[in-house]
Amino acid sequence: MDATSGENASAALLSMTGIDKSYPGVQALLGANLCLRRGEVLGLLGENGAGKSTLMKVLGGAVRPDGGSIEIDALRVTFSSPAEAAAAGIATIHQELSLVPTLSARENIFLSRRGWVRRAEEVEQTRKLLAMLGSHIDPETPCRELSVAENQVVEIAGALRERARILVMDEPTAALSVREVERLFTVIRDLQRAGMGIIYISHRLEEIFQIADRVTVLRDGENVGDYRVADITRTALIEAMVGRTLEDEFPPRNTRIGDVRLKIRDLNRGNAVRDVNVDVAAGEVLAVTGLVGSGRTEMARLIFGADLRDSGTIELDGKILRHRSPRGAIANGICLLTEDRKAEGLVLGHSMRENFGLPNLSAWSRWGMIGRSAEKSALASHIAQLRLPAGGSERPASQLSGGNQQKLILAKWLERHCEVIIFDEPTRGIDVGARYQIYELICALAKAGKVIIMISSELPEVLGMANRVLVMRGGSIVGAVSDVEHSSEEEIMQLAFSEAAGTGVQ
Amino acid sequence: MKHTLSRLAADYSMFFVLLLLCLFFSLMTIDAQHPTGSEAAEDVANEIIATQGRQASVLIVAGKSREDIAFANTLARRLEASGATVLESTGSSPSQVRQNLEALADAESPLSAIACTEAISKWSVVSGAAGKYPTFGPLAVIKPQSYLFPDFLKAGNLKNVAGQSAVFAIIAIGMTLVIITAGIDLSVGSLVALSAVSATLLIRDCFGGASAGPGGMLAGAVGAIALCGLVGLLSGVMVTVFGMPPFIVTLATMSIARGLAQIFSRGQSIYQVPESFSWLATGNLLGVPNEVVVMVVLYLFAHFVMTRTTLGRWVYAVGGNREAARLSGVPVLGVLLLVYVLSGALAGVGGVMEASRLQSGSPLYGNMYELYVITAVVVGGTSLAGGEGKIFGTLIGALTIAVIRNGMNLMNIESYTQGVVMGVLILAAVLIDAGKRKGYGRRVWGSLFAFSRAR
Repeated sequence: MDATSGENASAALLSMTGIDKSYPGVQALLGANLCLRRGEVLGLLGENGAGKSTLMKVLGGAVRPDGGSIEIDALRVTFSSPAEAAAAGIATIHQELSLVPTLSARENIFLSRRGWVRRAEEVEQTRKLLAMLGSHIDPETPCRELSVAENQVVEIAGALRERARILVMDEPTAALSVREVERLFTVIRDLQRAGMGIIYISHRLEEIFQIADRVTVLRDGENVGDYRVADITRTALIEAMVGRTLEDEFPPRNTRIGDVRLKIRDLNRGNAVRDVNVDVAAGEVLAVTGLVGSGRTEMARLIFGADLRDSGTIELDGKILRHRSPRGAIANGICLLTEDRKAEGLVLGHSMRENFGLPNLSAWSRWGMIGRSAEKSALASHIAQLRLPAGGSERPASQLSGGNQQKLILAKWLERHCEVIIFDEPTRGIDVGARYQIYELICALAKAGKVIIMISSELPEVLGMANRVLVMRGGSIVGAVSDVEHSSEEEIMQLAFSEAAGTGVQ
Repeated sequence: MKHTLSRLAADYSMFFVLLLLCLFFSLMTIDAQHPTGSEAAEDVANEIIATQGRQASVLIVAGKSREDIAFANTLARRLEASGATVLESTGSSPSQVRQNLEALADAESPLSAIACTEAISKWSVVSGAAGKYPTFGPLAVIKPQSYLFPDFLKAGNLKNVAGQSAVFAIIAIGMTLVIITAGIDLSVGSLVALSAVSATLLIRDCFGGASAGPGGMLAGAVGAIALCGLVGLLSGVMVTVFGMPPFIVTLATMSIARGLAQIFSRGQSIYQVPESFSWLATGNLLGVPNEVVVMVVLYLFAHFVMTRTTLGRWVYAVGGNREAARLSGVPVLGVLLLVYVLSGALAGVGGVMEASRLQSGSPLYGNMYELYVITAVVVGGTSLAGGEGKIFGTLIGALTIAVIRNGMNLMNIESYTQGVVMGVLILAAVLIDAGKRKGYGRRVWGSLFAFSRAR
């Protein structure tokens, strides 16, 4: 990595012009342009389906464009495979990590090297590369023992070894804690200073404002804007993405709070969840936040019976619930919309109808035989109510957008008439347009008197939606904010980080 | 029924392949067919009357088999009814025929034709009779008209194919369920042996051996099937409660079941069963062999369960995404347990049918059946990755396997070559399965290509 001089810094490193790509029935890209300079972080924004990933796949050599040209350092290039793109200096850090978990950091970094293994030399180089990125991981640690953030650093080190000059990062912070995000940003700034061009894709607009110099916005496969970050506001950016003006990011809160319905006392499981006490009243949205690994998701899984609690009681409307499995929890009227929709929420290869029916079959069945007309009419009414794609009930769930997948999961629980609905990161990976609808649904459920627990690490969402906020750290509840409207992200972060804040009971 | 047909249409591609295979084997096995028995006699009688008139005097020469006797008797009756003279000589050898002919020639009896079967017409004493005994005048040798027809399509052979496929197809129902849950059951072949041995052993030692009544035979069969279900339960417990991989668990139960079959039978065949024990294989219902009836009933039932019931939906969901299914309230462990028990029990049913077909039980039965059954399931379109598959697809797969095996036998392809063909078939089926999952095949080819270029 050579230090780049000032005049070079403004020269175009990469320019993609007029990229077209169509799939049967879909125009994924229509004359999309993208320009990246040396030492620049370019935010690439757009709703899901806007063409961001297709454009990046074209750049990475995974997809062949129908038309258009790519130039690197003013030289025209064409890639017919990912290997060729890598050879031209393009590296992609995917949302899902692409390391071999059983191999060590060193082995992963040198995975693409051919010929004999020169171990000592490789260890030496790995140390150097990792040190450059401010990391001191032992090169021989298997990657499965490293955290997500450390794995990312290993991937970036691998890219550096292959002399990548253009780094594409697709939602790199999705699974990182706040501190790890800060570390990642430091690394990005270092790479930037060394002259690398970085394309940064994220749904989290705060991050774009923190790290990017410029943003390119795509909508329906076309460029709709190219802005210097300093010149644009958050609202304007969202409006550019969704193509209409936004009134509010969040629907109005429900203010008519009823009696306490759900009482959780002394919930424990190993070190993951310790002495958690929670009360939730009818009509309120209770947000639970904290860093990744603070015990939020673990608490939700205990309430839902997905993991077994060591001790603790769960009481709903004065009745003690004794379920020991998700099946029992569902029978008791509790449901969980998991954080990872694809791995835990849906059977992706199966149709909308089959996914929708899964927890509801017994209601439509007699002697184990499914009443198909009951199933169909139930699904139809939810499709209309939640504005799911009509006529798509036999299409596999994998073809739905993130927002529609979340709505489908919600539909299956609503049909089950669950009283306690736990949302774990309800809008992760969901684009701005669909988010508002999810928020509206959450608020409507609260108004209907359901018990709503919303786990989220996105503080704007927490502050915009919740009636009350609990903050967790190390498996315990370390703080509560009741006056959410007059609270701030700083106050909550303070609670999430500080050692001696609050007590276990709120 | 309409629904069933539409399901078949959905599996159109494999069904089409099956038809093509049938066509191929039909063409390859076209051969001269020689009618026998009374049907042939009718043809010959008609021909004699047409060519010789009612004054014909005919010597009938036929062998000693039941078919030949029927031929001779029917022919004699038909000819006498129409006024011809019959000089019968059933059960003859060439020397007997010569003596007959010489006696007739000496007596200067009139003889205008020799009617015989295809095989006898080739005897020199018959074909050369006209030249050797000029006293008879013009002497015709009349045999049944042979015609060209595929061996493969003969009713007897088709019944045989159906019978052969019935055992595989029934075991394949259980295997389909297991594979839909993303598992595998390697123990089915050994369970066929265990079932056959224990059924025949129970009949021999507990229910009166060769004089056992229907109740005893039924009890023996049920006992054997239950034992196989227990072995399936063992696999299921290992897979669910202890979380072990199905491949290794059923590899172990495969060995256990085969060993038990050897121990129970002391390595011997058991044939002390009543004649009527073969009722399953040889009996029929309105002309359809009983084993095929059993197969069809089981398939209709399995299809119903998989498409219309909660249980079926659960099986698919567990295979599609086990964790998502659990978090949606599906009793995942119970479903898996049941699936392995069913697979074991259905292998038991297959074993009883095998014992019935062969009228005995032997610890050597079912060798490599797991291979054929898994092939049938995969050929039938069930994904090894789990979550998808159709019951009738498996039926088509089982028929395909049976047709290929039968066709190769008819074409006299030796068994070594048949093994290679089966292996290639499995590879092809798995490749198609991989190709169906989106872009996988393309990715494999793509990376191979990139790799070769990078070198």
